[in-house]
Amino acid sequence: MNDLKAAGDDRAANSNRNTTRLKIWTAAWVMTTAIAAFGAKLVWDFAPLPTIGAQLLNLGTGAGMIIATSRYVQGLDELQQKIFLQAGAITLGVGLVCGLSYDLLEDVRLIAFEPEISHLVILMCLTFLAATIVGHWRYR
Amino acid sequence: MKNRLKVLRAERDWTQAQLAAELDVSRQTINAIEKGKFDPSLPLAFKAARLFGLSIEDIFQDDTGR
Repeated sequence: MNDLKAAGDDRAANSNRNTTRLKIWTAAWVMTTAIAAFGAKLVWDFAPLPTIGAQLLNLGTGAGMIIATSRYVQGLDELQQKIFLQAGAITLGVGLVCGLSYDLLEDVRLIAFEPEISHLVILMCLTFLAATIVGHWRYR
Repeated sequence: MKNRLKVLRAERDWTQAQLAAELDVSRQTINAIEKGKFDPSLPLAFKAARLFGLSIEDIFQDDTGR
């Protein structure tokens, strides 16, 4: 029985480690995105060198976040992976379909403002959250 | 797919959490398999068979009627 407990503890520890890594990389990416977005305007007055540096840093931490996400998914068990991948597929579909439709709205003059990419990101985040909750509910 | 996981687990007086730890999956996964909501992969089915000292067919049965 001690072996069972040890195996469960290993799995929990591994899962916690992957989750922590993902949180750190996500926080780093959000911070570097803010630096890349506001630094040029507010700090270094659009000087090319720091602007390029901030963009490269943002891309680098973004790559780190993607790798951390991949390792996080690999650390999940097969049911959790299925729920995650189904939520990801639904999010991709909703993002593509709604994103293109939203972009067209201005072209066909149904909306007066320019579509913002941030609106699409919010929609995708909410879709992923809802699909994950439904997935866990379905297999509870 | 039907399975006898719940019966086999009860015979050994194991909790879902203990079986999950032994098979290196989450308790939610064991619960979903026992309720027939999720069919395990072949490697996980082999792992369960090894754990209980049975063949896969002794634990999992096809219920599609073919």
